[in-house]
Amino acid sequence: MIRFILIQNRAGKTRLAKWYMQFDDDEKQKLIEEVHAVVTVRDAKHTNFVEVLAISVADSLSVLQFRNFKIIYRRYAGLYFCICVDVNDNNLAYLEAIHNFVEVLNEYFHNVCELDLVFNFYKVYTVVDEMFLAGEIRETSQTKVLKQLLMLQSLE
Amino acid sequence: MPAVSKGDGMRGLAVFISDIRNCKSKEAEIKRINKELANIRSKFKGDKALDGYSKKKYVCKLLFIFLLGHDIDFGHMEAVNLLSSNKYTEKQIGYLFISVLVNSNSELIRLINNAIKNDLASRNPTFMCLALHCIANVGSREMGEAFAADIPRILVAGDSMDSVKQSAALCLLRLYKASPDLVPMGEWTARVVHLLNDQHMGVVTAAVSLITCLCKKNPDDFKTCVSLAVSRLSRIVSSASTDLQDYTYYFVPAPWLSVKLLRLLQCYPPPEDAAVKGRLVECLETVLNKAQEPPKSKKVQHSNAKNAILFETISLIIHYDSEPNLLVRACNQLGQFLQHRETNLRYLALESMCTLASSEFSHEAVKTHIDTVINALKTERDVSVRQRAADLLYAMCDRSNAKQIVSEMLRYLETADYAIREEIVLKVAILAEKYAVDYSWYVDTILNLIRIAGDYVSEEVWYRVLQIVTNRDDVQGYAAKTVFEALQAPACHENMVKVGGYILGEFGNLIAGDPRSSPPVQFSLLHSKFHLCSVATRALLLSTYIKFINLFPETKATIQGVLRAGSQLRNADVELQQRAVEYLTLSSVASTDVLATVLEEMPPFPERESSILAKLKRKKGPGAGSALDDGRRDPSSNDINGGMEPTPSTVSTPSPSADLLGLRAAPPPAAPPASAGAGNLLVDVFDGPAAQPSLGPTPEEAFLSELEPPAPESPMALLADPAPAADPGPEDIGPPIPEADELLNKFVCKNNGVLFENQLLQIGVKSEFRQNLGRMYLFYGNKTSVQFQNFSPTVVHPGDLQTHILSGPAQPPASPRRPSSPWGSRLTQLAVQTKRVAAQVDGGAQVQQVLNIECLRDFLTPPLLSVRFRYGGAPQALTLKLPVTINKFFQPTEMAAQDFFQRWKQLSLPQQEAQKIFKANHPMDAEVTKAKLLGFGSALLDNVDPNPENFVGAGIIQTKALQVGCLLRLEPNAQAQMYRLTLRTSKEPVSRHLCELLAQQF
Repeated sequence: MIRFILIQNRAGKTRLAKWYMQFDDDEKQKLIEEVHAVVTVRDAKHTNFVEVLAISVADSLSVLQFRNFKIIYRRYAGLYFCICVDVNDNNLAYLEAIHNFVEVLNEYFHNVCELDLVFNFYKVYTVVDEMFLAGEIRETSQTKVLKQLLMLQSLE
Repeated sequence: MPAVSKGDGMRGLAVFISDIRNCKSKEAEIKRINKELANIRSKFKGDKALDGYSKKKYVCKLLFIFLLGHDIDFGHMEAVNLLSSNKYTEKQIGYLFISVLVNSNSELIRLINNAIKNDLASRNPTFMCLALHCIANVGSREMGEAFAADIPRILVAGDSMDSVKQSAALCLLRLYKASPDLVPMGEWTARVVHLLNDQHMGVVTAAVSLITCLCKKNPDDFKTCVSLAVSRLSRIVSSASTDLQDYTYYFVPAPWLSVKLLRLLQCYPPPEDAAVKGRLVECLETVLNKAQEPPKSKKVQHSNAKNAILFETISLIIHYDSEPNLLVRACNQLGQFLQHRETNLRYLALESMCTLASSEFSHEAVKTHIDTVINALKTERDVSVRQRAADLLYAMCDRSNAKQIVSEMLRYLETADYAIREEIVLKVAILAEKYAVDYSWYVDTILNLIRIAGDYVSEEVWYRVLQIVTNRDDVQGYAAKTVFEALQAPACHENMVKVGGYILGEFGNLIAGDPRSSPPVQFSLLHSKFHLCSVATRALLLSTYIKFINLFPETKATIQGVLRAGSQLRNADVELQQRAVEYLTLSSVASTDVLATVLEEMPPFPERESSILAKLKRKKGPGAGSALDDGRRDPSSNDINGGMEPTPSTVSTPSPSADLLGLRAAPPPAAPPASAGAGNLLVDVFDGPAAQPSLGPTPEEAFLSELEPPAPESPMALLADPAPAADPGPEDIGPPIPEADELLNKFVCKNNGVLFENQLLQIGVKSEFRQNLGRMYLFYGNKTSVQFQNFSPTVVHPGDLQTHILSGPAQPPASPRRPSSPWGSRLTQLAVQTKRVAAQVDGGAQVQQVLNIECLRDFLTPPLLSVRFRYGGAPQALTLKLPVTINKFFQPTEMAAQDFFQRWKQLSLPQQEAQKIFKANHPMDAEVTKAKLLGFGSALLDNVDPNPENFVGAGIIQTKALQVGCLLRLEPNAQAQMYRLTLRTSKEPVSRHLCELLAQQF
């Protein structure tokens, strides 16, 4: 299951943060910094996966738990797209889920760039919700997602 | 083309974002934000009613400000108002605001229930999806209470649009995960399973996730999903790359759906229906075949998507662990990936092969890749890949390749990343011991470990090498020579000094004949390290010196000179000072006879025999084994070791303890601390636990108090003060908290989780067990914002005969006087070694403690974990039961029905059987029961019991001293809601104890 999705630029500025479990604000900030620290030091010879050992997080019932997660990430120009999932989740499936998502954004924003995500942050959330929901992959067909986004775009 | 221009629709928002981006400093940004907040506030408070567009724009600005990291304390009502708008864009911003901010303001939820209800009932698919997404994103219990009953209806309604079904399925999943009790199972469940047949692949994609989650908790209700999933998977796998149109991704048909279906199948055992199984095996073979076909595209997306399915297929094959042919094919496929140019694939192949190594069918196939894996360990640039390679080497190690693997790991250790050194050290130590074929190799390996990564060698590793050397006279000379050479390195690790000091003190005589390692040379070599070492090591070296005085009388004058020096006799450290004083006096006043007896070579560790010895004996046959033991007691063998002893008469006493006992009687049983000098010295020196079966109460306490943490406020701890008032001794550990048993029960069938929690502290546990060894991580989380002080967790084992403290202070027992203390006394059933944790735990921080556990013999009571600390000045104490129960040392054993019945009959004595008939405390669910029995540790045997409802299991409890075979049978009676549980083992207490432990789980 996806625990969170982050889009960050190289300087560590968050361009999207979508959380699928409850964290309090401090924890979110800590995770954002941690992810940035582990991801930006890696290069093309590294894998696209980073195991993050035993983050202590507050679960939905605000019970501190110690869980193992991993970050699956991919870099596009200056942006890092990171998905945090459970350790036994399928790495390559999520790696391609990132790419699928990026292709949709690219189509939707017509050659997407970082600024599109800044000025249209509220639309990016809509794209995310079409493709991922409740920490699971909801829709994978680019055609279907774009058709739906186009329809929503036409609404007032 | 749905291109979107900048800030399209809301010009004011785009301007504001541009302004923020143009701010040159943080101050300027804050100023701009404050200006905007004031503006929005005045608009919201103004007399003029705002139109929908303005409301949307301002709420969106507030959201942007919030996302920049600023607190928002108004605007919520306006956002809620937007939900009631008829316009999609306004509604969307309202829902977004709520989804993003709801963490910080749960009051909001009650306000929006009505709007959500209206949207769910609106029959407008766009609005319904917005509402469903909002529920899924928030996922709180309040939401569950309000909507859990409606969602299933929407999900299975015939007239729901596909996109609504997709959202409803995942929305329900979220609610079910957050509060399963709120989601009523009902007739909709059967219809949910049939969504696997839905024409719309997006609906299937969403539904599989829901079904996977539901079936984990209710496997029987969802059993039918297996055949549906297989046929769906089969249709996808066998389709051409263009058949699925929208759902084909870089020529791979529906990769994500395939992965999800394969994961769903991993919730169940292999299908029983032969046709379904045949179809599934065909699918799995097709996937493996496709991996060999030339790629349809050179793009990495193509190969990633294809391999995502392949890896999940291999996971399923490993999960079934029943098709040797597929397992070997999977292994070969992964073998190809080991040399792939994509780092990702090499990493994943190493990871996946690790699990294959543990299957009996593929273990040998995995081993053939050893050279590639070793190469990966040496050459991979990414540390995580190297780590996987090390894991795989560990997993594939057996007797045939242990030497090679251990030497490669040692070589790797020299350059290994600091983060993984300790783990590698432990792995090497475990492998070296487990697969040792001769002692000198084992000794070399451990010394190499210390040389290469001394900082990462934990105490138990070097204690163990001492134990083994002490017990084996054929390796003692070699060990002495080797440590002597190692100590000649200009810089050697302190752990090496410890091992060297101990071994030369015991066996330095064996190499003293060589002028290059004559006694004075040995002494000056050791003493050259003395001043650079910590107190603990220096204490150990002082003991070595006194042993030298006995071994080599010619060194006496030099050593007495060293002991007499002011830096020792008046050392500020009480331990060092005491040793110097005592040893100096001992060497001056005692006759050579007494000295020889007092400082005699440590006796072997008869009952603390390590598994490495047991293994060697088994190899040599039982006769040879007992000969080894006898040899230790044989006077002539002592002669060899004690050749330098000036008075062979005492040494050759067949039972050295008899002499010692005679001497022991000398100190009065209740010697007051004031007169401690000579009396306690003797107690200390003689206190070889292995040789003292009949100690009086006072020496016993002395022994205990030595092992206590030498708390600064009680410097007398070492003097065996019978009433150490200032230092609450471990005997004072309070009784376990009332719920300790209940907490323990939660961990009988599982190894990880939260052991304890209150307002201040949370204790998490992660543990793993292998044969008779275990490793446990305890995580202490400070839930407050205040630092805990004097934080000290201690582990105590309430043995039947004696309370023995195994958790040492940070220092290891520093002296050869009591080498067996790290291993506990002979009375101990369980050896638990802990590392000290920091005495301060900051607010919100978490500290980790590692426990190494060794099961020496069967035991009934778990160790106690006592945690003490000061919180805001108030002392806190808490005693729990450590979740270590005898079943943790279970090794599952597979056997055929015939063997089972034969063994069952062999254990037919009435006292070997324990039986319990009890009421079910939990719903009687076959899959859950199965999981619990597996978690309990036994193998589950199919086709043994004629009644398929019953469970039959077998396993062996591994302890160092003995193995206990266990057979079990569990008969559920669903009508009566009762179980009958029968346990048969070769040991009566074990049968009863296991029966009680297991009965509480159902």
